[in-house]
Amino acid sequence: MKHIKTINMGALKNSIAKPGCKECANSCQSACKTSCTVANLECENR
Amino acid sequence: MKLHKFKQMGMNIVIDVNSGAIHVVDDIVYDVLDYYKNLSLDEIINKLQTKYNKEQLEEAYDEIRQLEEEGMLYTEDPYKNIILNDNGPSYIKAMCLNIAHDCNLKCKYCFASEGDYKGERKLMSAEVGKKAIDFVIENAGPRRNVEIDLFGGEPLMNFKVVKEIVEYARQREKETGKNIRFTITTNATLLTDEIMDFIDENMGNVVLSIDGRKEVNDNIRIRYDGTGTFDDILPKIKKMVEKRKDGKQYYVRGTFTRENLDFYNDVMMLADEGFKEISIEPVVLEDKHPLSLREEDLETIYEQYDKLAEEIVRREKEGKGFKFYHFNIDVNGGPCVYKRISGCGAGYEYVAVTPDGDIYPCHQFVGNEDFKLGNVFTGIENNELIKTFKNGHIYNKPKCMECWARFYCSGGCQANNYSFNKDIHIPYELGCKMMKKRVECAIAIKAKLMEE
Ligand code: SF4
Ligand code: SF4
Repeated sequence: MKHIKTINMGALKNSIAKPGCKECANSCQSACKTSCTVANLECENR
Repeated sequence: MKLHKFKQMGMNIVIDVNSGAIHVVDDIVYDVLDYYKNLSLDEIINKLQTKYNKEQLEEAYDEIRQLEEEGMLYTEDPYKNIILNDNGPSYIKAMCLNIAHDCNLKCKYCFASEGDYKGERKLMSAEVGKKAIDFVIENAGPRRNVEIDLFGGEPLMNFKVVKEIVEYARQREKETGKNIRFTITTNATLLTDEIMDFIDENMGNVVLSIDGRKEVNDNIRIRYDGTGTFDDILPKIKKMVEKRKDGKQYYVRGTFTRENLDFYNDVMMLADEGFKEISIEPVVLEDKHPLSLREEDLETIYEQYDKLAEEIVRREKEGKGFKFYHFNIDVNGGPCVYKRISGCGAGYEYVAVTPDGDIYPCHQFVGNEDFKLGNVFTGIENNELIKTFKNGHIYNKPKCMECWARFYCSGGCQANNYSFNKDIHIPYELGCKMMKKRVECAIAIKAKLMEE
């Protein structure tokens, strides 16, 4: 493509195929904890 | 909202909200996208012909259409039914143990009102701690990974019990086949060699609090006699971090307030001290608190995030990179959509336990009787409340459903939502604005680093 460079094809949609095992870490946004946003968690089921 | 676009670091970035696809586009596409869904190609050409020629516009239009067909632009939300149909049981698999409702500091912004959570100063007994471990193991059901956060107040004021709890957990791990991961959050004042070795060996993560520059830290993070802690904690934090070899996790974290809106300098100070995992986060306080962040501070805060994003890219390219926690978005992986739509888990996958063994949806609800879920000795008493929290996901938050950042944010902090709006379903707006800015920065950093 000339006008558009895609840097991510849509990992979100593809992850629907994952089992949704819910083994991944908890995520808290508050400033007093490890406080991550959910999007930087790691998947335990790669 | 299906699409979000913004300009940063000289790039035009387009996010397809529902698929997670990310594109860097030229000015023509960027402008065509304003009309693509509402106007025909001819009408768009009419509108933009003073800026671009017909051929360019046709090409741009075609490329957009192609990506739309391939499911990378204007994608519909395919997830809603997954969560609405999820009536299965939920399992409490993460727990915050308030080891000490007491603290040796009195930081001016502390949500726990100097450690006691507006109650009595109290330390958790080993008995309560062990019972809490039993509780979480039982309630984790089939989940193998269990997280325990040792928290306070200042948990190291009760180090003896920390040790007993960890030892007990190790024994229970063997008996049950669970994998228990500990994190400790400390103000670093009480770290000794013995304690550091213990932490290094037993904690999956250690969170060390310092607010950045000396004058900033010592204005806020003070002892009872009013003296600052900077000179005491910096060497200890460094020593603790040096012990974390082989990819063992740590975070050096602080909070910014109205008094250091130039927090870029605090992040840089920590980076220049050699820390690689840094977090400086916005304080959350009611408007009338002198340290609170307000709407009028946002422009400055945005500028600071922009500057930080640019500096991170620069340092990364020079091989001197560091991680800023809130910019660490994994655009290619990250958790699956099941996790992203379910939020922080407070109140149904994650709970907090007080020194008396009382259970609350999370550390921020501790002390608010309306939110008491039960006690580790007697079990859960308020199953309705657990249900409310489980259903407190983005699909039940109208504001989030209109928000492009929903799969990165997952609906904000229930506790903040409640404290500002008395309803966990109504997002805390100032928090949303900063969250969205950080997500933009995080994506821009990724795009910039992939550009070259
Ligand atoms: S909490 Fe705010 S930023 Fe997060 S998804 Fe909801 S509206 Fe968006
Ligand atoms: S409600 Fe807020 S403070 Fe509590 S766990 Fe969720 S994000 Fe963290």
